[in-house]
Amino acid sequence: MAAWETVIGLEIHAQLATKSKIFSAASTAFGSEPNTQACAVDLGFPGVLPVLNAEVVNMAIKFGVAIDAKITPVSVFARKNYFYPDLPKGYQISQFELPIVGQGDLSISLEDGQSKIVGVTRAHLEEDAGKSLHEEFTDQTGIDLNRAGTPLLEIVSEPDMRSAKEAVAYARKIHTLVQYLEICDGNMQEGSFRCDANVSVRPMGEEKLGTRAEIKNINSFRFLERAINFEVERQIDLIEDGGKVAQETRLYDSDKDETRSMRSKEEANDYRYFPDPDLLPVAVTDDDIERIRASLPELPEQKRQRYISDLGLSDYNAELLTGSRDIADYFEQALAKAPTLSSQIANWILGNLTGALNKADLDIKDSPISAVMLIELIDRIADNTISGKIAKQVFDAMWQGEGSADAIIEAQGLKQITDSGAIEAIIDEVIAANPDQVEQFRAGKEKVLGFFVGQIMKQSKGKANPGKVNQLLRDKLK
Amino acid sequence: MNKTISQIQQGLAKKEFSSVEITQDYLTAIKQHNPAINCYISVTEDLALQQAKAADQRIASGNAQALTGVPLAHKDVFCTDGVKTSCGSKMLDNFVAPYDATIIENFKAEDSVMLGKTNMDEFAMGSSNENSYYGIVANPWDNERVPGGSSGGSAAAVAAGLAPAATGTDTGGSIRQPAALCGVTGIKPTYGRVSRYGMIAFGSSLDQGGPFARTAEDCAILLQTMAGFDQRDSTSIVQPVPDYSTSLGNNIKGLKIGLPKEYFAEGLDAGVASVIESAIDEYRKLGAEIIEISLPNTKFSIPVYYVVALAECSSNLSRFDGVRFGHRCDSPVDLEDLYKRSRAEGFGEEVKRRIMLGTYALSAGYYDAYYLKAQQIRRLIKQDFEQAFKKVDVIAGPTTPEVAFKLGDKTDDPVSMYLQDIYTISLNLAGLPGMSIPAGFSQGLPVGLQLIGNYFDEARLLNTAHQFQLSSDWHIQTPEMK
Repeated sequence: MAAWETVIGLEIHAQLATKSKIFSAASTAFGSEPNTQACAVDLGFPGVLPVLNAEVVNMAIKFGVAIDAKITPVSVFARKNYFYPDLPKGYQISQFELPIVGQGDLSISLEDGQSKIVGVTRAHLEEDAGKSLHEEFTDQTGIDLNRAGTPLLEIVSEPDMRSAKEAVAYARKIHTLVQYLEICDGNMQEGSFRCDANVSVRPMGEEKLGTRAEIKNINSFRFLERAINFEVERQIDLIEDGGKVAQETRLYDSDKDETRSMRSKEEANDYRYFPDPDLLPVAVTDDDIERIRASLPELPEQKRQRYISDLGLSDYNAELLTGSRDIADYFEQALAKAPTLSSQIANWILGNLTGALNKADLDIKDSPISAVMLIELIDRIADNTISGKIAKQVFDAMWQGEGSADAIIEAQGLKQITDSGAIEAIIDEVIAANPDQVEQFRAGKEKVLGFFVGQIMKQSKGKANPGKVNQLLRDKLK
Repeated sequence: MNKTISQIQQGLAKKEFSSVEITQDYLTAIKQHNPAINCYISVTEDLALQQAKAADQRIASGNAQALTGVPLAHKDVFCTDGVKTSCGSKMLDNFVAPYDATIIENFKAEDSVMLGKTNMDEFAMGSSNENSYYGIVANPWDNERVPGGSSGGSAAAVAAGLAPAATGTDTGGSIRQPAALCGVTGIKPTYGRVSRYGMIAFGSSLDQGGPFARTAEDCAILLQTMAGFDQRDSTSIVQPVPDYSTSLGNNIKGLKIGLPKEYFAEGLDAGVASVIESAIDEYRKLGAEIIEISLPNTKFSIPVYYVVALAECSSNLSRFDGVRFGHRCDSPVDLEDLYKRSRAEGFGEEVKRRIMLGTYALSAGYYDAYYLKAQQIRRLIKQDFEQAFKKVDVIAGPTTPEVAFKLGDKTDDPVSMYLQDIYTISLNLAGLPGMSIPAGFSQGLPVGLQLIGNYFDEARLLNTAHQFQLSSDWHIQTPEMK
């Protein structure tokens, strides 16, 4: 059995977060009644003309600068000609020979802690098509052109990834980046961020690339991983059975967890690209690029480095906290209130908060516990008002909407007992009630100490300061 | 019915007649003669009278603008809100745009009156107006002959006195050639001077709107309203529009007029040549300096044009698919059937021929050899003119190689039809402005003199034409309407 190497390249379509469309003034808002957000330009009516939305150019440059790519000084919009009912003009306005963003690269973190550079071949601007609605109609197809003309940035990678996991790491990295740059909302359910995967296999050590299949329109990272894994296995099985991989477009069916052939290369369109005579070439000056570079927010990679070196966070925590702009923003909001508690904040966010959010299937943006609320709780631990254990109880109450940390601590009487007299009273009570265990301890059985601590904490309903308990208990048992 | 725009302006201002009266006169003439000439696809009588009435009120209240109450006809390539815009095609026989083209908006803003929409070659593809779904247009000078195309309806309407002026579009000569064949004055401005918004596209990098009128003076008035930057057309150019009418008073002593030797070579009819030579003599008398020049790449202009224009049209016409508007075939069995039959039924022969040729020129493996090559030669053609304009101010020559030919004469020979545009096409490829003005007659039919200007030099071009018209009367001759 030969060993096989997987080769993957991704084409990512990121919907640019503009208010209006790329070539018209119609709104891009998601979820409106069909065809209510399509003007004469989006409908491809006779005589109307596209006018470029300048904001999309800025957004594309932002992306290009963020991945250190070459920005094309004069890029050109081209027409990609094909007939489809949801493509109103009979051509899509895209960029072909001269895309706005040229070669760049991106570093991804692998599971073993290593990092890897993935090349970005290009990124170009184009308009989205509308939607064909097959389900709502019998013997007919409905067309919704609300999405027609929505701006997309298509980001094309080099075939640099060698496993589904690497592909997912790269896709996530791009996903994070476009959200940091505020050029895409990253909403995969609504189709604002979708991937096409070019997958091929070749015998290990072979230079020449195998024939690739393109899996279209994958809209979740989980599906991306599963689709690639299925496709890799399918290709290997096919070749090992003496078959040949066909160059074709395939569709991933998440219900059956398989990819299916959509159309072969022979059936593929000849798009007859040519420069769109209705649009001027897009000229970008060095000044434009510098102005945009200066306006960029701190990027995830810079943030990650800063968290490690300045805040002393672990690589792992820094990676997770910078994994999305929303998480990083949440973290930094909390940190602003308590600059010395960075690792405690990190642990709370990545531990209890993430756990609760995942369980409730909520985004951190929609967390019922805000960063300001969380820091109040962490502060109470730091100033010994409550113990870590009680804090978890307070957190749950906060999650249930019972109020702020202080209010809950007050209402439920959870304040830690630090008064020596009160603790001593409880200790005396416990010692008196357990003479056998006292004997054992005095006979040298250190382990019994834990039993006493447990009993004392139980008596105090967890409120006794554990440090104080330990210290006083030893004295009493001597 | 042979008033010029400036005469109508004066008449309205002096209250010699009202807008309703003059509009009614034209509508009556249209009723009488349009059946024979067929220059209108739609006559918007009710709308015209309504607009005329409103214009009269404006005039009465002392708020008249330059074109208030002036009746005009518009080529059916310009979208008109609420009025059918067919583009001469069965494909759009049922199409009513919910918007106005920018130039229509401009004319409306000046309270002009729309008499109707004029006939044209389908999708502006043709040089004889024989390709219209709405029937051929007769040349008012000889009803057995073509009026030229594609703006044949507009040229014929002005020549026949069925409109004092009309709009047109010019992709390869579609204003200048019919102007020449019908004996009227027409100007194709610099590419980007007039907005293309709402003008149904044929060859987007070549199309340009402009006016037809009896005189250069009228063309100046109309172009004033049509020209200007439009943010809805990215290819329209931000450049102030000069006052064209005031530039008409300059004498042309010392004006350098270039005669391209390639325009007087084989293929030019002797009768046309002699009229053009007389016109050039007239310019000599007016004090112009005549200089022979060369535009060596002229011979490539037709093949280059037919690659570029057809490539663009093959893509531009893809939107006519029977899905959202326009002609849709009866009971399609599936999507492919819907496309194929809607387009096969909706488009005429010439349009289909051009879509096929253009599709071929853009297809994989041929793009470099055709489209890319054509664009390279296009640059050479442009450079020819740039060189020439270093030596001369205006270039002159025949607009067409022959006078109006007989209906049906060239319909079976597309190449011979395409050669009609040999002198006009290179301007569109270069983006330069050009005019055709009546220069005399050959075989009893009008001959057009073409004047070519440098970029955005319409003012000089109009004045050069105007000076000729001040000393000649070819432009005021009209055909006898039976």
